[in-house]
Amino acid sequence: MNLTIHQTYLPQDDPDAALRFYCDVLGFELRGDVGKGPMRWLTVGPPGQPGTSIVLTPPAVDPSISDDERRMIVDMMAKGTFGAINFATPSLDTTFAELEAAGVDIVQEPLDQPWGLRDCAVRDPAGNLVRIIQVR
Amino acid sequence: MANDDAARRAELVLLRKVRDRIDRDYAQPLDVDALARGAHLSAGHLSRAFKAAYGESPYSYLMTRRIERAMTLLRRGDLSVTDVCFAVGYGSLGTFSTRFTELVGMPPSAFRDLDAEALRGIPPCVTQRIGKPVRNREAGAHPLI
Repeated sequence: MNLTIHQTYLPQDDPDAALRFYCDVLGFELRGDVGKGPMRWLTVGPPGQPGTSIVLTPPAVDPSISDDERRMIVDMMAKGTFGAINFATPSLDTTFAELEAAGVDIVQEPLDQPWGLRDCAVRDPAGNLVRIIQVR
Repeated sequence: MANDDAARRAELVLLRKVRDRIDRDYAQPLDVDALARGAHLSAGHLSRAFKAAYGESPYSYLMTRRIERAMTLLRRGDLSVTDVCFAVGYGSLGTFSTRFTELVGMPPSAFRDLDAEALRGIPPCVTQRIGKPVRNREAGAHPLI
């Protein structure tokens, strides 16, 4: 097998806010935009990595998900306990300063973790935890 | 129903921001009144709603966060208990020692001396996971000691 990680999903509950965060603040490309209103699927990814994308998707739209399950998923997103992704950068401190200047919700300032990584953490507008790791 | 859901979620987002602020600013002189003011909630309401959402009060979450960080710093072995106490946001060594002992089951000085031996040879990323303080295990023994 010769596989790459092509797409992964993160939930979004406000397409315009998601676009502002991923494209305007993080600088990702918008590679796809289907649907309308709150039901939009936005495919985004970093300019230097055309083969890997995140699809920002409305939460819990699979009709096999029950109303109770949907309510729980959306509540967990609001609580910040549902989705997460890790990014990496060669310039963590500059990146963090830019995120803070953009008014992003900060969860952890850059910190040397005891397991040897240096990272920071922020929230995307839908409550997903976005951790950013310094690559050396 | 839709309005109830929207109102509940709006409050959950507020609570998330309070929890994120604790995670970010745990080493600052935070208290529940300051957190409540920042979220435009009363202190009583914040404490009840936060506990309903996250299973522990904001005060308890803050204490757990500080003690968790203190355990990490004490494991390094190059910092004194006093250094660690101030580094994680306590203004008083007595309060720090009391809270640490409640959560970890031994005073910070004993943890600092014992932990280096107990965890020798275990990769730090594993140490972090298995050594994380667990709420409601207050005054129980440290799992590795």
